[in-house]
Amino acid sequence: MAAVAGRTAGFAVDVLRATSEFRTWWPQLATQARRIGVDSVPIAMFIALFTGVVLALQSSYAFTGAVPLYFVGTLVGKTIILELGPVLTGLVLAGRVGANIAAEIGTMRVTEQVDALEMLAYDPLAYLAVPRVTAGLITFPIVVAFAVGMGIVAGWITSTGLLDLSSQEFVRGLRMFYRPFDLRYALIKSASFGVVVTSVGCLFGYTTSGGAEGVGRATTRAVVVACMVILVLDAFWAVVLL
Amino acid sequence: MIRLEGLTRSFGDLHVLRGFDLEVATGETVAVIGRSGEGKSVLLKHVAGLLQPDSGEVWIGDEQVTGADRERVRRLRLSMGYVFQSSALFDSMTVAENVRLALRRHGTPAAEIEERARESLETVGLGGWEGRYPAELSGGMRKRAGVARAVAPRPTYLLYDEPTSGLDPVTTSMIDELVLQLKEDLRATSIVVTHDMRSACRVADRIALLREGRVSWLGTPEEIEHTDDAAVKAFVEGRRDLWPDD
Repeated sequence: MAAVAGRTAGFAVDVLRATSEFRTWWPQLATQARRIGVDSVPIAMFIALFTGVVLALQSSYAFTGAVPLYFVGTLVGKTIILELGPVLTGLVLAGRVGANIAAEIGTMRVTEQVDALEMLAYDPLAYLAVPRVTAGLITFPIVVAFAVGMGIVAGWITSTGLLDLSSQEFVRGLRMFYRPFDLRYALIKSASFGVVVTSVGCLFGYTTSGGAEGVGRATTRAVVVACMVILVLDAFWAVVLL
Repeated sequence: MIRLEGLTRSFGDLHVLRGFDLEVATGETVAVIGRSGEGKSVLLKHVAGLLQPDSGEVWIGDEQVTGADRERVRRLRLSMGYVFQSSALFDSMTVAENVRLALRRHGTPAAEIEERARESLETVGLGGWEGRYPAELSGGMRKRAGVARAVAPRPTYLLYDEPTSGLDPVTTSMIDELVLQLKEDLRATSIVVTHDMRSACRVADRIALLREGRVSWLGTPEEIEHTDDAAVKAFVEGRRDLWPDD
């Protein structure tokens, strides 16, 4: 465990140091932002859509007769913004983005492409890790913002279409306990998840050994570890910021 | 000049290098031959600073690679070209992009990059294949593309890791001619790691046999034909029964 922690810390320091190689990583940033962020928007929106629908229906089921129905808007908004938007998106992107990064860099490692980068006098971490981690940091909050928007819209359409709730009542519930800090909290969490998913993918990909089997192992570990760290971080931010 | 002094390197219980000494004079090509698994590729990676020895020194010109900080090793690598056994082309890039990436890092002016990349690919007989991806090339073409990427920045030192392994005799001969032509054009100091005796005799000024982690024989291609060294004879004649260990 100590060895893993040491290796991870060493890797993080190396990645931070590699950020000084601006001319190496900057040209890769737009491509990585597209692959990590833009290409993740559809799956994040898809998940948020059904999360919003289910949240609205389940909260109305739970509230029936005891709590005014406009609290459906409150519950949908608060839950999507504070928890489900960032965490569900983070977990899904741990699979989509983290696995992709670990497999890609792992394959490069076992086919000597990482050594080739070194022999061309590039810093492999500046070329491979820095643009991906930076793209994760920047794009995850944007993807989550889209997901939050979609989840709330889905909850609103479900409430007005399937429940006995007007748009005004839904919005009233939505605004009742909303604080601008809620959104900031979600975006801070999302940015941290972006860093975790991409850097864990890079770490496991970069340290891959053992051919195709090693790439498979690294990919699985990257997803599992990223998911675990996301859940730990989720609790951490709740303790620190709420 | 490349100088290796008393290199030792072990992986767990496996002692791969056990005091390897070799000096390659400026402009000279030395072929390192040896059986599979003797540590030829490991040796080359030590020269390039991709691996660090347990003890011993690697000198490139007047600079020591072993123990040098990251920045110094990277600066040294700007003077090296490395042809990987697996070619190690970046598979997300076209052949030309692979070569351009090498040229960009070596500070080639932007206006010259396109022309130099085209020239390098033509030198290795890949003119017209610039836009292809590595997956679309045959094994021999990938090797040649790897050579083009390594030599495009016109390095002072060239390291070839099994440049002809897995190739048919005609392509092998083509690669040998390419190595000779580059030796002539670049006047680079080169180490060619191979187990292909014919290839070694064609391209090298001297041949070193790596056996049990050290140089067990060193001589010219002419000397190798008349030597009494059992291991060399076994290697040259491809006879297992002559090999000292068997």
